[in-house]
Amino acid sequence: MSEDKVTIKISKDVYEKAKQYIEKYGGFNSVEELVEFVLNEALSEEQGEAQRVYSKEEEEKVKERLRALGYI
Amino acid sequence: MVAMVSKPHGGRLVRRRATGKRLEALREEAKELPKIELPYDIAVDVENIANGVFSPLEGFLVQEDYLHVLYDMRLSNDVPWTIPIVLDVDPDEIVGVKEGDDVALTYNGKPIAVMRVEEIYGWDKKEYAKMVYKTTDTRHPGVAKTLEKKELLIGGPIDLIDHIESRFEKYLLWPEETRVLFREKGWKTIVGFQTRNAPHRGHEYVQKAALTFTDGLFINPLVGWKKKGDFKDEVILAAYEALIKHYYPKDVVVLAVLRTAMRYAGPREAIHHAILRKNFGCTHFIVGRDHAGVGNFYGPYEAWDIFDEFPDLGITPLFIREAFYCKKCGGMVNAKICPHGEEHRLKISGTKIREMLKKGEKPPEYMMRPEVAEAILRFDNPFVE
Repeated sequence: MSEDKVTIKISKDVYEKAKQYIEKYGGFNSVEELVEFVLNEALSEEQGEAQRVYSKEEEEKVKERLRALGYI
Repeated sequence: MVAMVSKPHGGRLVRRRATGKRLEALREEAKELPKIELPYDIAVDVENIANGVFSPLEGFLVQEDYLHVLYDMRLSNDVPWTIPIVLDVDPDEIVGVKEGDDVALTYNGKPIAVMRVEEIYGWDKKEYAKMVYKTTDTRHPGVAKTLEKKELLIGGPIDLIDHIESRFEKYLLWPEETRVLFREKGWKTIVGFQTRNAPHRGHEYVQKAALTFTDGLFINPLVGWKKKGDFKDEVILAAYEALIKHYYPKDVVVLAVLRTAMRYAGPREAIHHAILRKNFGCTHFIVGRDHAGVGNFYGPYEAWDIFDEFPDLGITPLFIREAFYCKKCGGMVNAKICPHGEEHRLKISGTKIREMLKKGEKPPEYMMRPEVAEAILRFDNPFVE
């Protein structure tokens, strides 16, 4: 496991529901990704933060493209 | 301190691009699925949905949402939405397809998305035209296009499995990219500018008026289907590059395209345009006089008035009056700030500018910057035929 990740436990019931949600609607590659997204959303709401929070890797990819296109 | 850009419409930026193993699986699945071939305008809207431009839409509208949008200008969950995003099909294209099935959406024969068919339903095209365009007159380009559409609509979520290459790849940014970009630039307030025109001095005036009290300007020309006589997409981009290079301070403007068709739906489309720019991260949006209008189908300020019906839109519209050159003031002004009479005012007419450019002539400098005119005149034919 990478150093910037930690393990958390959630109930099996919620885990199964999350899995079914992904199977039905897609958009996420794993329950972990969905949980991280939902938590980020909830926390950013709480902090009044207006933008989607990306993982570091996702954001770096976006920045790479923006640099390649000359936007930053 | 984290920069505050606008919250995505409906609260969450939609992302329906399949990735990793799911992408591989869907690409395999798509080979075996019934296929629906899409025209370019709808294919690019599939990509817009998948990349959050149309957030909170996750796919094409199901009937309940369609009817709410048509009659209430809101989705069934009460979120403002004014232009129905629908997928039309002929019954013989979907023989054997039933609700709950997956279908592959193809463009030029290549699968670009998988759609879960939630609903197949009939629609009244005339009623659509009446509600969306406020007319059933077929001289209205949006009405004419609507009446040519197919008999059924299918609604349901999509998952993008391939990108549609663009001639303007360099200018093609998605909301998650512009949001990072605006943050990187340290912009907290961003004004969006929708256009389907090469810029004249009037456009520059409203953009700079808005920029006076915002951090950044997002110029977002719409590329895609336009009516005959409009500027070609590549001309608009070249003209803006010239304007930005010669007349804007460094680092206050982002120029990126939006691939979607003009609907010419006037006031409804003004709201739609504002929502899309909100998803890109804009906090403000410039609403033009007769925004997204065509001919005399809408009143000059109808597109301003409609914003009163959407106090919950989540993006601030900026209504900046039309600019003209006043000989007495010695510059570009508008009726609110210029006390002089008509005899001192030189109006900027888009029609006149196009006529001059068609003849290969440079419009006078009070109408169009010479560098912009030169950039346009480098094209053999700058207009859609």
